[in-house]
Amino acid sequence: MASHNLKHALFCAIVTLIISYPILGFNLESQGIDVTLEGAETSTVLGVLLAAVIVFLFQLFRDNVMGSLRQLPAVNPLANRKPMEQSKRLKLESTLLTLMVIGALIWPFIASRGAVDLATLVLIYIMLALGLNVVVGLAGLLDLGYVAFYAVGAYTFALLSQYYGVSFWFALPIGALLAALFGLVLGFPVLRLRGDYLAIVTLGFGEIIRILLNNMTSLTGGPNGIGGIPDPTLFGMEFGRRVKEEGNTSFHETFGIAYSGEHKVIFLYLIALVLAVITAIAIRRLMRMPVGRAWEALREDEIAAKSLGLSRTAVKLSAFTIGAFFAGFAGTVFASKQGFISPESFVFLESAIILAIVVLGGMGSQMGVILAAIAVTILPELAREFSEYRMLIFGAAMVLMMVWRPQGLMPMRRIHIELKRQE
Amino acid sequence: MLEVQNLSMRFGGLLAVDQVSLDVQEHEIVAIIGPNGAGKTTVFNCMSGFYKPTGGKILFEGREIQGKPDYKISRLGLVRTFQHVRLFGRMTVVENLLVAQHRHLNTNLLAGILKTPNYREKEQKSLDRAAYWLDRVGLTELANREAGNLAYGQQRRLEIARCMVTEPKLLMLDEPAAGLNPAETKDLNQLIISLKEDYNVSVVLIEHDMSLVMDISDRINVINQGRPLASGTPDEIRRNDDVIKAYLGEA
Ligand SMILES: Nc1ncnc2c1ncn2[C@@H]1O[C@H](COP(=O)(O)OP(=O)(O)OP(=O)(O)O)[C@@H](O)[C@H]1O
Ligand SMILES: [Mg+2]
Repeated sequence: MASHNLKHALFCAIVTLIISYPILGFNLESQGIDVTLEGAETSTVLGVLLAAVIVFLFQLFRDNVMGSLRQLPAVNPLANRKPMEQSKRLKLESTLLTLMVIGALIWPFIASRGAVDLATLVLIYIMLALGLNVVVGLAGLLDLGYVAFYAVGAYTFALLSQYYGVSFWFALPIGALLAALFGLVLGFPVLRLRGDYLAIVTLGFGEIIRILLNNMTSLTGGPNGIGGIPDPTLFGMEFGRRVKEEGNTSFHETFGIAYSGEHKVIFLYLIALVLAVITAIAIRRLMRMPVGRAWEALREDEIAAKSLGLSRTAVKLSAFTIGAFFAGFAGTVFASKQGFISPESFVFLESAIILAIVVLGGMGSQMGVILAAIAVTILPELAREFSEYRMLIFGAAMVLMMVWRPQGLMPMRRIHIELKRQE
Repeated sequence: MLEVQNLSMRFGGLLAVDQVSLDVQEHEIVAIIGPNGAGKTTVFNCMSGFYKPTGGKILFEGREIQGKPDYKISRLGLVRTFQHVRLFGRMTVVENLLVAQHRHLNTNLLAGILKTPNYREKEQKSLDRAAYWLDRVGLTELANREAGNLAYGQQRRLEIARCMVTEPKLLMLDEPAAGLNPAETKDLNQLIISLKEDYNVSVVLIEHDMSLVMDISDRINVINQGRPLASGTPDEIRRNDDVIKAYLGEA
């Protein structure tokens, strides 16, 4: 056992060296037009060596370290507390949620413009994560190309507004429905696939959509993207300084207040908030309806589900379609918020982040997913100074989470169903 | 109501089921017995649409159903359990029963999201049916437990209840007594008889527990190495020389 550990630890340390030394230990220096390779400073080299030693020691005593890590949850003061009664918990939860929503409604009027803008992004991620939660968390279908539907929603709005001058409010349902249609169509070929195979194929789909957007230059502008996407209007009132469209009025003139760029930001935030709340409520209902149960049944045991008359086709496609629908929602809001979109915004990393949110939050759990979306979007902004190490911190956080709480921040809790007594 | 004619199923070079015929009348319990690996489960898999048989016909209420997709066969009222219990482990006991009734529910998404009165009424009905069957198999106290955490015998009963809430016409049970203690087997015995008597369900039963089979079956089919060996009433089977030889030869 010990010799096995030693060998393993040595191996890991060497791998660490092989991976990190070429990346960190050399610098490319440009002198005029020549590029030369130079060794990095001694401190960096020492750092790499130190890292290898740490890896070596960790792997050597891995069993002890992991063992003591596992003990930690017992330290958690909340761990041994009795679960609250169902009725009490529901009341508490709904009060908390109402307070949260009210707070979120008032908050933008006192917060800074940058903060409100960031919060809008958080809300977009919440919508995305809630939608992906249907596919991955409930139906158990590992979808790595989810960002494709987000892109469909965003590009639908961008293209419709560019070519036909369609407004945000018209584009919103169209974008969502078109994304849903894509979900349906892309769902067909992967009906028979599960697990890893499904993940690989959906990953491919995500990339195909992005590459298409990149290459259909005449339609989408390719890598240059599409700009000038209009902001949403409030009953025909625009939020710009000057009215762009014939027949519209401007918000600040109608109400006789001074123009401020903040109005628009706050308005977008409120739209995103309303849509996120709608998304959460709609999916919450779906989870408790026959479709929702069918998704979970398929995740739990496909064969048993079929033996009870559930059609695998219908159940899987409904999960893909509904998940994609909400991604389309989010995409439309995103396009409007940015005013400019390009394929750059829809790379695989986005899919990975949304998936990470779902996994961190706790598969299937709405509260968990919302909390994780907030954490994953806001933390990198707070830690701006470390922006170079963003992905590193992100990865470390994921690893730690998987060790401590593999079930996620707030694992899904089953609802308690009260039955009438039989007489 | 069910007629299996010359059913054959070949896996590559292995003829797992060879020219098996059997029939089930309404209001009848028919058993399929045979040594391990005889092909009993394979017959079930063909009947329930999990396998497409390589030969023969299966008629249910006069209609040919061989090769039909499994979920469609189940919707016709031909529902099965599994040799190794297959529950939706991380869903609660009630939810297991609700999933099974999705067909009785309105599938209109909007009606469900908006909770229309019609939808509520149907939802309530399926809850009542679930409650009824939980009571019937003695699992009411455990209604909100996760199904995966139940004891083995309870899981077996839940699986049968899950079939019954779909209101089947013919129930196929694959070794329902496997892993049960004698007391549980006795309860099961009564439950199966009551399914036939009180709920008018026909039952096809695969079972190794001979006393259970002899007790409750109206007729028995014996399969050996994929081929039909004998069929008849329990008394006839008990006296059949071929059957005795096959079982003694195995032991
Ligand atoms: N999918 C399959 N592919 C290949 N061979 C199979 C398959 N399913 C069953 N068999 C083979 O068919 C034969 C019959 O198996 P089956 O499971 O029907 O037996 P059984 O009568 O149910 O036995 P037991 O009493 O042990 O459950 C066995 O030899 C088995 O290995
Ligand atoms: Mg078997």
